[in-house]
Amino acid sequence: MSTTEAPLTPGPSVADGDADAPREVGRRRRIVRRLIGNPLAVISFAVLLVAVVVAVFAPWIAPYSPEQTDFARTFAPPGTSGHLLGTDDLGRDVLSRLILGSRASLEVGLLAVATALVVGVPLGLASGYFRSLDAVISRFTDLLLAFPFLILAVGLAAIRGASLGNAAVAIGIAQIPGFIRLVRSETLRLKSLDFVTASIVDGAGDLWVLGKHVLPNATSVILVQATVAIPAAILGEAVLSFLGLGIQPPDPSLGTMLATAQQFAARAPWTAILPGVTIMVLVLAFNIFGDSLRDALDPKGSRS
Amino acid sequence: MTITPLEVDHRSGSGSGSILEVRDLTVTFTTESGTVSAVDHISLDLREGEIVGIVGESGCGKSVTAMSLSGLLPRSARTAGSVRLHGTELIGAKEPVLRAVRGRDIAYIFQEPMSSLNPVLTVGRQISEVLQVHERLSRKLTRDRVIELLTLVGIPSPLQRIDNYPHQLSGGMRQRVMIAMAVACDPKVLVADEPTTALDVTVQAGILDILRELRDRLGTAILIITHDLGVIADIADRVVVMYAGRVVESAPVDELFARPQHHYTAGLLAASPAPGRHAGTDRLQEIPGLVPVLAVQPDACTFAPRCPAADAQCLGSAPPLTSDQNALGLLPGHAFACWHPCGKPPTSAKELKP
Amino acid sequence: MRTYLLNRAWQSLLTLILATVVVFLGVRALPGDPALALAGEDRSPETLAAIRLQYGLDQSIPVQFGHFVNNILHGDLGTSIRTGTPVSSMMRTALPVTLQLAVFAIVLATIVGVGAGVVAAAKRGRPAEWVANGLALIGLSVPHFWLGLVAILYLAVATGLFPASGFVPFTENPVENLHHILLPVVILGTGLSAVIMRQTRSATLDALSADYVRTAKAKGLRPSAVIGRHALRNSLIVVVTIAGLQLGELISGAVVTEQIFGLPGFGKMTLDAVFQRDYPVIQAVVLVTATAYIAINFLVDLLYSLIDPRIRVGGEAA
Ligand SMILES: Nc1ncnc2c1ncn2[C@@H]1O[C@H](COP(=O)(O)OP(=O)(O)O)[C@@H](O)[C@H]1O
Ligand code: SF4
Ligand SMILES: [Mg+2]
Repeated sequence: MSTTEAPLTPGPSVADGDADAPREVGRRRRIVRRLIGNPLAVISFAVLLVAVVVAVFAPWIAPYSPEQTDFARTFAPPGTSGHLLGTDDLGRDVLSRLILGSRASLEVGLLAVATALVVGVPLGLASGYFRSLDAVISRFTDLLLAFPFLILAVGLAAIRGASLGNAAVAIGIAQIPGFIRLVRSETLRLKSLDFVTASIVDGAGDLWVLGKHVLPNATSVILVQATVAIPAAILGEAVLSFLGLGIQPPDPSLGTMLATAQQFAARAPWTAILPGVTIMVLVLAFNIFGDSLRDALDPKGSRS
Repeated sequence: MTITPLEVDHRSGSGSGSILEVRDLTVTFTTESGTVSAVDHISLDLREGEIVGIVGESGCGKSVTAMSLSGLLPRSARTAGSVRLHGTELIGAKEPVLRAVRGRDIAYIFQEPMSSLNPVLTVGRQISEVLQVHERLSRKLTRDRVIELLTLVGIPSPLQRIDNYPHQLSGGMRQRVMIAMAVACDPKVLVADEPTTALDVTVQAGILDILRELRDRLGTAILIITHDLGVIADIADRVVVMYAGRVVESAPVDELFARPQHHYTAGLLAASPAPGRHAGTDRLQEIPGLVPVLAVQPDACTFAPRCPAADAQCLGSAPPLTSDQNALGLLPGHAFACWHPCGKPPTSAKELKP
Repeated sequence: MRTYLLNRAWQSLLTLILATVVVFLGVRALPGDPALALAGEDRSPETLAAIRLQYGLDQSIPVQFGHFVNNILHGDLGTSIRTGTPVSSMMRTALPVTLQLAVFAIVLATIVGVGAGVVAAAKRGRPAEWVANGLALIGLSVPHFWLGLVAILYLAVATGLFPASGFVPFTENPVENLHHILLPVVILGTGLSAVIMRQTRSATLDALSADYVRTAKAKGLRPSAVIGRHALRNSLIVVVTIAGLQLGELISGAVVTEQIFGLPGFGKMTLDAVFQRDYPVIQAVVLVTATAYIAINFLVDLLYSLIDPRIRVGGEAA
């Protein structure tokens, strides 16, 4: 609802997901303005930006190679000269391992969500748009839901061995149903809107309607879902690697760091605390940004 | 139909004999994109047994006015002015005071009977709730009273209906349940916000009959809000026409239909089918233009952008609500806010008379 | 309501059949000879022949599947190739531990989550909401296995307040049982309560902006009655339906929690099986999990249809 400066101009009618160009630009500007006006959104975005930059340039930023051992200096506490955050049981630099571990976390997060998107979005569109496919895809969704990500990872690890890729695939598969359901209900909603119905009546092809009207208008909800799916995947990777079902040592991963630290936690608490805090900061930043984004996109106005 | 000649000019002080006196009621909302002025210095009176209609296009502030009477607006609303119920000031009153008023002295009926009833509670339960809060009757007496109320509003086989859920009833029945709930504690004022808008034309008449009957039997004062002049012609004694948060005209119903003075009222009447018949859709849309959403109330006639008779004066200062235009041959109690009133009706408008 | 439930029952059954097929094919997707995989260390020709016979591996895939289903229906989930124990008896010892952990965690998470969610919705824009929201966000973002590690480090090892690991069956010593299970329950419950809190909050906010809440206020009800009797009743219906979907998270969470606290439950059994490549056990674990998930979601639907009168008492009037 906009307040007009010139008091006598008529107020705008409610815009409803219409891809009308000037309105769309105004909407984007309003969303960005809402995000910038929200300190939590700005902070979380800054954290994510730093994390991504660090991840991309990790090999250059990390002071040591994450696998470089130094048996003369095992369990050096944080603040030791040369090892800002200390060393672990094999004398490896904790900071370097955190940096490379975060990079692996982000990789798995993106890979998993990409998997879920590539499968989930088309199926969701098809399920919502073609009535004949709805039942089949719904059964498929139910089937996927019956396998929790950890159990999927167990199965995949049993069949193909544990690895970063398999962890990402297991998490991604587990996230497919969420995307299918979301995109399906959004498609159903959009399909009933006037401008889409009109386009269908005008004889537009199904693929054209889906690509031109439905998908572009569904992007915002997909985006929001992706911002909550990435941190979930990061947590999932940590769990799997911790259990030995994901990234394998000596490759650095926040989960494997915690698995090792479990044995030495009493002696070197920082090796147990720092990776956990790193995971939390990453995940928290994604979750806060996702929340802010959802609020900013919500036509009913802010909710947090 | 009795017409109570009533002074509605808001500068004229107390309207004695009124149950509800609204003076200079002003409501603004704080929204993300700034302030929205929804109601601007509205005054009106409601007497015992009187049915007053508020009419105007969607978005002109009718519902906000209704909700503000007993403090039901969200926290983003700022309310100023005065609402007196039997002399007790309600604006700025404490929550417990307002809670005691709601449902007992001022009761509401809303537009959508389906969504306005709780889907997971039986209608009996929802009606008893009001009685339990305000009258503290025993369980048995409460049930008897609920059945009595259901009968009063014309619900067949109330003994079965009392245990039904809203989805088991038809639209008209649901609205009757809403009415039963509203009149449960015998309120002094019944506010009906578009009570028939969501209903079939055939059902509408039945609901209006019930409201009229309640007024006749219980002497309830009714404030009926609608954008349908047909409803007004059917049931109201007096009409208040609102535009963009302001009262632009107010008169006994026959008088208004016979001699509209504000150009907005005239436009409404011209766009409306012959009164007495119910319009199913929003006929008011036929006046070109939209109700503006205002940040600040301007010192101008807010209808000027849509008015055929607008001139510089209309844009330069807001016309006050006046009633002393004897030159126009108006009845007492007819007030309007227009610099260039329509004056005597053109002959063709006579057919509009009910 | 009957048609709704019959429909759901049929859908659940279909999903279960599909899940069984997937699990069956999963083992066949193993690289190489399944008999070799199922045999484990002992690869003598006699053993392999016995396994081929037991699983019908010489026969066509449909016949094998029939065999597979027949065995399951007779309660035969196979035999561990490491210990030679029937998987069904391994389940019988492991499942009660996990069930206790899961049920306690759900109860705790529901109480905390629903309570905090309602407070956050009701106290919108006030400090109480920010606190509840902040805690929920952290609860959602903290890896709970890590929280478990920290809890063991500071609450068990350092102070000795709680045992760091191990399990005592309830039937043996109820007090010790609770003492051992408390920390794992709290750890598993935190993540779940954060999810429930956010769902409750969002559903309650939706309910609070509904027309019937306006009606309730207009009747002169107190805020507590408006929220408790009108908003919460509707929002909990939504929460119940979504809560069923959290079961997957709960199962995954239970596996990790058991691993950290050394509880001899379903999770420990699963992980041991993976690292020992104990395929019959893995196959059974996957199948049992899927079955549990499908069954519980059907029960949630049943519950939902009981608490929502729009389904329980059908029949829209004209
Ligand atoms: N909660 C609110 N926040 C901001 N503006 C509001 C709110 N409720 C109503 N308004 C504004 O107040 C004006 C009057 O609304 P309303 O009284 O509902 O109109 P109607 O005459 O159709 O009942 C509209 O411009 C509307 O946008
Ligand atoms: S004051 Fe002027 S603009 Fe307003 S209704 Fe009268 S003539 Fe029209
Ligand atoms: Mg209204």
